[in-house]
Amino acid sequence: MKFIHYIEKVSGVSIFGLISLMIFVLFFIAMLTWVFKTKKTSFQKVSRIPLDD
Amino acid sequence: MQVEKFYYDNKIVKAFGYATIVFGVVGMLVGLWVAIQIYYPPISLNFAPTTFGRLRPLHTNAIIFAFVGNASFAGIYYSLQRLCKARMFSDKLSWIHFWGWQLIIVAAAITLPLGLTNGAEYAELIWPIDIAITLIWIVFGINLFGTIIKRREKHLYVAIWFYIATWVTVALLHIVRSIELPYSATGSYSWFAGVQDALVQWWYGHNAVAFFLTTPVLGLMYYFLPKAANRPVYSYRLSIIHFWALIFIYIWAGPHHLLYTSLPDWAQSLGVVFSIMLIAPSWGGMLNGLFTLRGAWDKVREDPVLKFMVVAITCYGMSTFEGPMMSLKTVNAISHFTDWTIAHVHIGGLGWNGFLAFAILYYMIPKMWGTNLYSKKLATSHFWLGTIGIIIYAVPMYWAGFEQSLMWKSFTPEGQLKFQFLETVTNIKPLYILRSIGGALYLSGALLMVYNLYKTIRQGSFIANEAAEAAPLVKEVSKKKEYWHRILERKPLTMLLLSLILVSIGGLVQMIPTFLVKSNIPTIASVKPYTPLELQGRDLYVKEGCYTCHSQMIRPFRDEVARYGEYSKAGEFVYDHPFQWGSKRTGPDLAREGGKYPDSWHYNHMYDPRSMSPGSIMPQYVWLLDNELDTTTTAAKIRAMRKLGVPYPEGYDKIANKDLMRQADSIAANLKKDKIETASNTEIVALIAYLQRIGRDIKLEPKQSLTENK
Repeated sequence: MKFIHYIEKVSGVSIFGLISLMIFVLFFIAMLTWVFKTKKTSFQKVSRIPLDD
Repeated sequence: MQVEKFYYDNKIVKAFGYATIVFGVVGMLVGLWVAIQIYYPPISLNFAPTTFGRLRPLHTNAIIFAFVGNASFAGIYYSLQRLCKARMFSDKLSWIHFWGWQLIIVAAAITLPLGLTNGAEYAELIWPIDIAITLIWIVFGINLFGTIIKRREKHLYVAIWFYIATWVTVALLHIVRSIELPYSATGSYSWFAGVQDALVQWWYGHNAVAFFLTTPVLGLMYYFLPKAANRPVYSYRLSIIHFWALIFIYIWAGPHHLLYTSLPDWAQSLGVVFSIMLIAPSWGGMLNGLFTLRGAWDKVREDPVLKFMVVAITCYGMSTFEGPMMSLKTVNAISHFTDWTIAHVHIGGLGWNGFLAFAILYYMIPKMWGTNLYSKKLATSHFWLGTIGIIIYAVPMYWAGFEQSLMWKSFTPEGQLKFQFLETVTNIKPLYILRSIGGALYLSGALLMVYNLYKTIRQGSFIANEAAEAAPLVKEVSKKKEYWHRILERKPLTMLLLSLILVSIGGLVQMIPTFLVKSNIPTIASVKPYTPLELQGRDLYVKEGCYTCHSQMIRPFRDEVARYGEYSKAGEFVYDHPFQWGSKRTGPDLAREGGKYPDSWHYNHMYDPRSMSPGSIMPQYVWLLDNELDTTTTAAKIRAMRKLGVPYPEGYDKIANKDLMRQADSIAANLKKDKIETASNTEIVALIAYLQRIGRDIKLEPKQSLTENK
């Protein structure tokens, strides 16, 4: 018998997979949106931090 | 605005740098020693503290926590001050961190050869040291965040994010893996047993690689590579994606170490899917590193620092591509338990970690001594010795892995296993010899570095406090609405919290269902707790590090079932604190060892393995024949096991030693029948009791229920 059958006996376990998928998708959408909305020039400034000391 | 004058603390960087060099050489030497032991067992000196099973954990711990750990701390203390435009938060904390960490290493170097171990890979250190690690890690954390908070630079550069994620995740991993119940000043049992212990172990083991050997080193790459190439990182945008995707995805992938084992299928699949996804951020990071050098490849020809970095980053790319491939079930069926794994980790260890550590040492030491590197030529020789060493190390190990796995799986046309296990070992001995030559070359390169850096230090003069100046940070009111990430990257504590939440999710999703269904792990009625003597024997098995060469996990493959017996079931391990599935089969699997050979065979085999199996590469365990078994711990061990839920009857701890002696006497009597005279209170008797018990219980079960798991 596959283990999944035991998992199914835990009440509400299906929500686990769903929640993790949602978190995963939402997180990446949010991150990518912000990264690509930010102007390149502002990144350029930050990326020079190690160079000017 | 008034510019503030302040000083960078170079002394702490120097201390961590020296520690890196010393422990690096020691760790590599131990590595070479154990590599030679594999094909020439007498070099273990027949001395308990220097046998493979005890030295191998010393090698891995020395390289991971002493060499790479100290290198990361040196690089972090150097770069963090400069990226924050501030001296470290507290000199006192810096030094507590330094000396605390070195004491932990020394404690490890003493306890591991003495056989004091938890028996979990890369988490072998005993519970008092575990507590010390936690305390020192907190000191490091306060110092890290204190510095970030008092910084004079508005933005947190991407390297600092990697440092933050490292700190928070290592804390989480270390604490969860170290949940254990002490039964004496040095001994303890893992809180978890069997399948759950395995899941916690490889969640920890995999992410120790991720957050101790990868994220801090990536942080160093993002600082030292632009520095050495004198140009900003190729794409800062990519580095943000690299960071968040990496820390989010990595934490899910641990179960790929347990494919085809008794771990639930869904957890295995989850591990595989996330491992494949890991290629994206890892390669994003690698390309970001290599593209930083676009148009600057002429510098690579000149500068040894960049040379080391290029190979380090390339090795990072290779092993982060190979890792996901190995987590595909079809590939894993071949690679797992073989030397392929050893090759894989050494591409990462020698190539990525080692070469990056060398690169930053070659960069920082001339800078801090206000001079140039003594000899670029020597550094280039080091580079070539190291690179060729890696190749001569890795290629034979890949070959050995493939060849051995294919031999394991070969059948004759009549349907019999074609090769004895021993034949598959003796066949790859020449490759083991080649591997140690590769390791020796790598080590000799490192020794060249020691000389080169010594000369560099002699010709310069150390700048203990390096002057710098910067304007203080003022709170500015922004008119425009700021982007989310721009706000975030100014708030280190928010960053810490968000990283913590992200890395917790993966662990929780895997562990909660497995723990919730504890009562539902298909129990096997005939599986009973170990007898007191077997328990003591099992602890000896852990003490001698048998798990470094022997697995106890028969995968459901035709050849493994034919070679070892019925494949392993989750329910068989419910009393195993800690689990001992192992990860490498230098010797055969022992999951069904019980009852395979007579007691006398084990006695003779432990005394001299080659008398029973000519050509065997197992060390001799002569001291087990003489050492008296310490039975004073039995009661405490039984009580600890009872607390962990092992169903010994109430009050059994008081009478356990009586049972122990009865069983020991019967084994001694049994040995006597085969003309072996031994006292019944020796360690060998306890170990034989355990070996004769492994995997037997299930055979007492009525036939039908055996197929329950699939």
